[in-house]
Amino acid sequence: MTYIAKPKFHHPGLPKNALGYTHRDYEGTISTLCAGCGHDSITAAIIEACFELSIEPHRVAKISGIGCSSKTPTYFLGNSHGFNSVHGRMPSVLTGANLANRDLIYLGVSGDGDSASIGLGQFAHVLRRGVNMTYIVENNGVYGLTKGQFSATADRGSKSKRGVVNTDNSIDLVAMALQLGATFVARSFSGDKAQLVPIIKAAIEHDGAAFLDVISPCVAFNNHAGSTKSFDYVREHNEAVNRLDVIPARAPITVDYAEGSLQIVEQHDGSRLALRKIGADYDIHDRTAALGFLQRHSAKGQIVTGVLFIDGEPVDLHASLRTVDRPLNSLTEADLCPGSAALETINASLR
Amino acid sequence: MPSGPISRVNDFVVRFANVNGSGSASANEMFARAIMRMGVPVSPRNIFPSNIQGLPTWYEVRVTEDGHLGARGGVDFMVAMNPQTFDKDVAAIEPGGYLLYDSTKPLPASKFRDDITVIGVPLTAITNREYSDPRQRQLFKNIIYLGALSALLDMDVPAIEKLIGEQYRGKDKLIGPNVHALHLGRDWALQNLKCPLPIRVQKADKVGDRIFIEGNSAAALGAVYGGATVCAWYPITPSSSLADAFTRHCAKLRVDADGKAKYAIIQAEDELSSIGMVIGAGWNGARAFTATSGPGISLMQEFLGLAYFAEIPGVVFNVQRAGPSTGMPTRTQQCDIISCAYASHGDTKHVLLFPEDPAEAFDFGAMSFDLADRLQTPIFVMLDLDIGMNHRLCRPLAWDDSRAYDRGKVMTAAELEAGKEFGRYLDVHGDGIPYRTYPGTHPTKGSFFTRGTSRDRYAKYTEEAGPYVDNMQRLLRKFETAKDLVPRPLIANSGKSTRYGVIYFGSTSPAMDEAIGMLEGRGHALDRMRVRAFPFHSSVTSFIADHDFVFVVEQNRDAQLRSLIVNECGIDPVRLVPILHYDGTPITARFIAGAIGEHLDKFKIAPKRKVAS
Repeated sequence: MTYIAKPKFHHPGLPKNALGYTHRDYEGTISTLCAGCGHDSITAAIIEACFELSIEPHRVAKISGIGCSSKTPTYFLGNSHGFNSVHGRMPSVLTGANLANRDLIYLGVSGDGDSASIGLGQFAHVLRRGVNMTYIVENNGVYGLTKGQFSATADRGSKSKRGVVNTDNSIDLVAMALQLGATFVARSFSGDKAQLVPIIKAAIEHDGAAFLDVISPCVAFNNHAGSTKSFDYVREHNEAVNRLDVIPARAPITVDYAEGSLQIVEQHDGSRLALRKIGADYDIHDRTAALGFLQRHSAKGQIVTGVLFIDGEPVDLHASLRTVDRPLNSLTEADLCPGSAALETINASLR
Repeated sequence: MPSGPISRVNDFVVRFANVNGSGSASANEMFARAIMRMGVPVSPRNIFPSNIQGLPTWYEVRVTEDGHLGARGGVDFMVAMNPQTFDKDVAAIEPGGYLLYDSTKPLPASKFRDDITVIGVPLTAITNREYSDPRQRQLFKNIIYLGALSALLDMDVPAIEKLIGEQYRGKDKLIGPNVHALHLGRDWALQNLKCPLPIRVQKADKVGDRIFIEGNSAAALGAVYGGATVCAWYPITPSSSLADAFTRHCAKLRVDADGKAKYAIIQAEDELSSIGMVIGAGWNGARAFTATSGPGISLMQEFLGLAYFAEIPGVVFNVQRAGPSTGMPTRTQQCDIISCAYASHGDTKHVLLFPEDPAEAFDFGAMSFDLADRLQTPIFVMLDLDIGMNHRLCRPLAWDDSRAYDRGKVMTAAELEAGKEFGRYLDVHGDGIPYRTYPGTHPTKGSFFTRGTSRDRYAKYTEEAGPYVDNMQRLLRKFETAKDLVPRPLIANSGKSTRYGVIYFGSTSPAMDEAIGMLEGRGHALDRMRVRAFPFHSSVTSFIADHDFVFVVEQNRDAQLRSLIVNECGIDPVRLVPILHYDGTPITARFIAGAIGEHLDKFKIAPKRKVAS
């Protein structure tokens, strides 16, 4: 949705990652979203996370639904295949893609209308199945492309730009993700890049269904007084439970914090997360406690951010289905076709 | 009208009236198979309600040495095991026909008819004398009536015993008791009834090497042989058994030495999700399909438009049932022709294949994956309940081991590296089919963004008129290309010169073949065309042009195939005479011959005459 070509040229001294790429190699086309849109900050965080993880850009498949958030995959990872699918149906398309080739990294991008309203069913079921992916909801509480209607994540009592008060209860996707069995659950804020980038990195490294809700204010329709998804409101009510550093596999742990405030969490792929705990006694592996914690703070009007839950031993869909290690899309006649002799045996059994 | 009992060998219809869930299905199926093993073709049909237990269900077996596998209509021999439907079942018997009923409890004469032969067998009494366990009583009663039938119809007993052995292979403890039950019924009949009846079976050699298989199972085997690796589906009658069969076949044929699966099957949360998964997998280079029926097609509409416009391969097996809405979910129709051909909003057209029987369901099932990859679009394999959920005698399934999958135009990393130009929607060969790349192919070349919005030849978003029209025209060119790739119509000309033709498709086939014979008997000659796919090959237009009138026989109310022909081939509707059967039962030769014959008789008796001066 871009009319202006983005210049390719860049400063020769730009830092390079382990693969020799600069962060420019992880960019897409120029964003056509409104200036100041929270979504663009998330785009920047995804670019930064992929750059820092030294992911080969073309090994990522980015799949989205419909809406402002779902437009963003054109703005990052220009060398990746992307799929802007159908409203609310990113999870099924991503599931199918993941089944076809288990070797790619799957990034699902959705919004609050896409995931909490029209796509609530698919949101739920993709998490139930444990599809190995990073599912990001760019959550602004409002329908941007259709000019400002409430979405299902808008808080009850919050006010629209036109002054209408929302009388419906809101859906908390993070609480649902915890309940539905996501094995990595986090919430962040597009205005807090320092928190967001490491969370995206940890989610990508996670070998299972990672769900990430990112509050991302809509500057055009939901950044006014009375909104609970505005920059000001989120900053005032943000209650971070932890800060995160991602330590790649084999790298030494260099973060240095006071005894007891640092928790090292090992992920299945060998990478480690150094969590600087802010909330005392918060256990990152306790799903039930996370739900309670979330709801207690929500009742006080606080928005809990950080990594809320990690399952150390996630089981992904391919493991459940016991599929072969080779990607299904690489199998040929020799692998798949039982041949005429087998068919003769079948015929014989049908007489 | 014939007087006295029907006297026929190897040419009659037996109907079993049972209660759903009583375990009758396996005994009834054994009856059909035993006759088939005697070298006599049979054509069985399940007639069942949308229910699991307690409602009436029927199993009909047409015994037909002449090999007429369509439904015939009418019942010559009724096995009335369901008190709930007894009166209707008795009424359904042809004059001179036979009734077998459980005579344990005497019934008043008013329950019967004078013009049929009534055969009372005290099934409950025999069963209760022998068995005390209620479930055993219920199950063995079915085998006992099978035993009685074997005597009455002069069936080959060793063949039935062999079938019992095959049925309970691995559960060998059950073989003896079942054989015993068989003989309980048989012996009672031999001692107490005049056996055999004038209506009976006699050994023949008319089955040959044919196999006996359900269309859904054959289609699923087609998917296995065609290289499908991803199946996403949502349970819906009458298609669920297709996904079940794929699961079963894969467990036997697609597991590697380590016990790992070379396939992935997902029971989705709904049909939107199942088609979404198919599209995701197809986009990512796997061969994927879903199995569904009419209501599922309705739910998939938006995604089908995306797959058409974004050009993503996928296969949809639509096992049609009577609509609209929930309609008659366990009855057959060919009623989704239009909703599949033009599925989704905007200008869309889809490729449909119309198999006539399980053997073609296998062939077309396998072929559909090549077509989907070659044409980069969804392919619909249009089965129906009559083919899908009934065992049908058909030619053996065949596979050529030298056959390679056609993965279509997929640009490789090597080609990209060598500098070959890649435009996702660029028509390189003039056939309307562009190249695609699988995600993850090359670090810097060949990636593109897939979307349902308009784009240019290089997959770049645009709302400009020129590129939009250019793309829509290319999609039409692609559809033209499809005409020569899909299975061609088959023509069978009458030996005599005739001004009349008939077009039919799918499960109508055996009834049509039989009807032609009936019509010839009445002095009517007709040329036949069996349409096997949409878009229509040019021969459809020329066949119509070669005849004054063409009957279009189909199993729906609105003459959907006829509308499609009128619309796509630009035919004057007057030339196409609709012959429509849509009551949920399978179409019969009697119906077709009656309906077409009526038209032709009219043409015959009202020839143009010179006005006498």
